[in-house]
Amino acid sequence: MTITLNNRTETFKFDKLTIEELIKLKNFTFKALVVKINGKLIKKNEYTSAFFVSGDKVDVIHLISGG
Amino acid sequence: MTFEEIKEHLKHFTVGIAGAGGLGSNCAVALARSGIGKLVVVDFDIVNESNLNRQYYFYNQIGQYKVYALKENISRINRDVILSAVNTKIEKTNVAQLFYECDIIVEALDKAEEKEMLIECVTDDFPEKPLIIGLGVAGYGNTNSLKVKQIDNLYICGDEKSEVSDESPPLAPGVGIVANMQANLVLEILLKSL
Repeated sequence: MTITLNNRTETFKFDKLTIEELIKLKNFTFKALVVKINGKLIKKNEYTSAFFVSGDKVDVIHLISGG
Repeated sequence: MTFEEIKEHLKHFTVGIAGAGGLGSNCAVALARSGIGKLVVVDFDIVNESNLNRQYYFYNQIGQYKVYALKENISRINRDVILSAVNTKIEKTNVAQLFYECDIIVEALDKAEEKEMLIECVTDDFPEKPLIIGLGVAGYGNTNSLKVKQIDNLYICGDEKSEVSDESPPLAPGVGIVANMQANLVLEILLKSL
């Protein structure tokens, strides 16, 4: 499938992935993340159930300290 | 648009500022100078001498609660701004109550986990409200990497990379730029309808 991940086109050899699987595949190691699929916020307890398919828009924002 | 027209429009709006540190205090001052109607500023912290390298406070305010010190400073800049100073810690349970009246919310918190909590709560409680977060403000230089990114109603200001640490402290120029980027976005969003 091909999705838009953080405004870039990204292709995976799977037809469907959960957020937890995406985090593993991409080695996203940050502890604080904001995840959206097609604009809908995905909370931490939904990472194992929320999934995306080809054509979806996925945003993963890594939150870092400083303010 | 003249400054008088801009002020006339902005005075009808309320902006929430979550945190009165480097981002929050400087963003609040920029919005006050521009003529925003009302600011709701929330923080529970006290002015510390180490804050003076970037935050909008003064020596004689060390030991004061930040929200009250900021209210005083802003009253010396623009007397027409109404500032609601809320001296409390922002938590999951009070976000909705703290910011319900705000047209736009500016995230100016310190810790990554706090930012995450605020984004989740605002998206839940007020999915239609623009939320402007600061992300990546540490160190110096690399000015060209500071940018604005929009994901639906969520706006991100900063370089998304530079995390604060002992070796990469927050400094006045970088923090000030990002705080003013946040304020600039507030004006852009509020003045769009004109």
